[in-house]
Amino acid sequence: MRTKAITRLLFTVGVITWLTLVFTDISVLFSSVNNIKPDIPTWLPGIILNLFILSIFYYYKLKIERDDVLNFVDLLWRVFATGLVATVVSLALRLAENLLGSTKLTTHVVFKDLIYMINLGLMVGFLLMAFTVWKRLILYQKSKWLLRLWAFFEVGILLTLLYNSFKIPLVEWVYATLLSIFVVVGLVLSGNMKWVAYLNFRQKWTSLLLLLLTIFYLLYFVFTNSSLAADIHAAHSTFTDYRIHIFILSLIVFVTIYSVFSFLVILFNLPTTSVFEQKLEEVVNFQRISQSIQTEQSEDSVYNILLETSVSTVFADAAWLEINSSKSKIFTYKIKETEAHDIIEHLKSHNVKGVLDQGSDKTRNLSKHLASLKGSRFRSILAFPIYVKGDNIGTLALLKELPEGFNKEMTKIVSTFANQAGISVENFRLMEEALQNERYKEELKIAKTVQKSLLPEVLEKDDDFEIAAFSESADEVGGDYYDTTRINDHLVSIIIADVSGKGTTAAFHMSQMKGIFHSLAQQQIEPDEFMIRANQALIYCLERGSFISATYFVINTKTKKIRYARAGHCPVLYFCAVKKSHEYFKDRGIALGMVRNKSYSNFIQACEFEYKPNDLMVLYTDGITEAKDNKGDEFGYDRLAQVVDEAKDQTPKEIQDHLIKKLYAFSGTENINDDYTTMIVKFK
Amino acid sequence: MIHIKRLQEDGADVIALVGEIDASSSIELDLAIAKSVGEGFTKILVDCSALEYISSAGLGVFMSYIEEFKDRNISMVLFGMSERVLNTFSILGLNELLKIGKDKGEAKQLIS
Repeated sequence: MRTKAITRLLFTVGVITWLTLVFTDISVLFSSVNNIKPDIPTWLPGIILNLFILSIFYYYKLKIERDDVLNFVDLLWRVFATGLVATVVSLALRLAENLLGSTKLTTHVVFKDLIYMINLGLMVGFLLMAFTVWKRLILYQKSKWLLRLWAFFEVGILLTLLYNSFKIPLVEWVYATLLSIFVVVGLVLSGNMKWVAYLNFRQKWTSLLLLLLTIFYLLYFVFTNSSLAADIHAAHSTFTDYRIHIFILSLIVFVTIYSVFSFLVILFNLPTTSVFEQKLEEVVNFQRISQSIQTEQSEDSVYNILLETSVSTVFADAAWLEINSSKSKIFTYKIKETEAHDIIEHLKSHNVKGVLDQGSDKTRNLSKHLASLKGSRFRSILAFPIYVKGDNIGTLALLKELPEGFNKEMTKIVSTFANQAGISVENFRLMEEALQNERYKEELKIAKTVQKSLLPEVLEKDDDFEIAAFSESADEVGGDYYDTTRINDHLVSIIIADVSGKGTTAAFHMSQMKGIFHSLAQQQIEPDEFMIRANQALIYCLERGSFISATYFVINTKTKKIRYARAGHCPVLYFCAVKKSHEYFKDRGIALGMVRNKSYSNFIQACEFEYKPNDLMVLYTDGITEAKDNKGDEFGYDRLAQVVDEAKDQTPKEIQDHLIKKLYAFSGTENINDDYTTMIVKFK
Repeated sequence: MIHIKRLQEDGADVIALVGEIDASSSIELDLAIAKSVGEGFTKILVDCSALEYISSAGLGVFMSYIEEFKDRNISMVLFGMSERVLNTFSILGLNELLKIGKDKGEAKQLIS
């Protein structure tokens, strides 16, 4: 907003100073022609001219230099348009002058001076516009020294305004030296034409036209103004003569030189434009391949982009991309699949190795072999293998109808494309894998919640006993199982089981165990019979090498007796309140699934004991006794008994919390590398 | 980690287990036994004197061969177990299904 206001202000100042310049110069000239002493000092017009120059200079500086939207052609267009307007105005004046004819007025020196002043103003405006634009073009790709040189040039010519302002007596050699310095610097600066390379073919033609017209306008103004100045000078010398104004002269020389240079450079660059454009396209294509992974949905898109970009880069007449995944796929461009297969077969049958041969990593120009294929329109072939993680996943083949149609340059570029495509496909696969893993993790999370729901939320309660249980898995899902169920008003059964192994398979077997428990327990059978039937059922479910250890209890609150069978599970830890002692019940019994025939009944037995108030029964899985500390020692049976003993007078929940706390303290971590479960039954 | 050495003694194949057998190393144990069977040995002695730990997966390997050995008349005897390892076997009841000897001498008697 502020810049806008300043720009407007500068423009207004420019117009005002110009009007003042016209007025003062004419009045000085008029006085001098009529031999009257002028009312205003004769040096004033010179200063006003410089003020005019300064305001227009900063006006363009703000307007053009800061505008980032303008491209090169836009900039040239601005210069051209300014020149056009100025020339049209100037020509209109000439026309008016001609229409008036050779009257006293038109030949009068004051009238001439007015025309001259208008032309001078237009020319200065045009020159400053060109100067500002040239500055942008020169500094398009700047270096430190270039910036310094430019600063020197700009500040230097602005300083000459001072020199001109104070009518310092004209010394021929100072004048010549200054002018020649600026001409030389202008020449050096004019060597900076890097922007030309970034124009495309059409833009170059437009620029040529614009520059040509700009040069024409420049010449027109120089010619018009110098003839006008010469005319006035012939009549009288007390007017503002630009021909001794170093700033304007330097500007004319610099702007003209740069215009001519640009014109010539663009002209000579025209034939090579296509090469530069092609290189640029290669870079863009390369980026397309490397970025395809972020934007494209499938490997196929990567292959399609590779095919497209390779074809357009080397101007191939046809191409195909053969992918040898599980089922071979072929992408073609301007060639039928059958034709491609014919060529592949042909090369194979002629035992040509190195290009289509998947085992080889060589890329060669196989043109000569195509000559022997009858009916083929192609005379050149170039092929590249595509590698993903060292595996050759496919071949890219490019074809041309011309013999020897591919050069080394093209070979290199397409090889880079093929490599990049390989990387893109690899990235794509990695990303797919990561996504897949993420999906698996999500599935496992679901499995975890499902499995958690398999463990009972509420355990059976009775006036005779209270139970607390805790279970945790090493992986998302585990193979430990515990449960309770009431058979009738005085019978309650309890189970604890541990499936061999851990993770998903164990979790499946655990859910089978739950089914078996709930269906068999309700049949009110003896514990050993329970195990025999469970074993029979599990034979058909457990794979070779898998087994389930379990202990099954039936608590009879009427007789205050417990009958149980242990199938290879960790021995029960029992605390007797009366004797104040504890004991591990190590009865015989083989884990379920170990003996896969009817003889299992020989390996299992039912036992019985009586419970009394405050007795404590601790059930657990081997995850607890086999938990290790950092030295590799196991938690073990003795430590288990001792830890429970410390809290045996408390409620089952409190005993359990104490046990888990001690277990974590022992192993030094809460991530024990096994599934672990405890179930604590306290009798009342 | 497990290290398995095999050597032949009096027509029996002696498989020595050194280290720990967990879920991943149990595969090596399985391979070693399968190889011994494949080579036609009918007497297999498993030296457990340097076996520090065996997980349920390792026990599963021994278990899985029980019926096959019975059918093919192959006898296998384990010996030299530490108390801890023996306890693992006996809790599961595998001591009833497998022949376990105290030392090599006893094992050789059991096998013949």
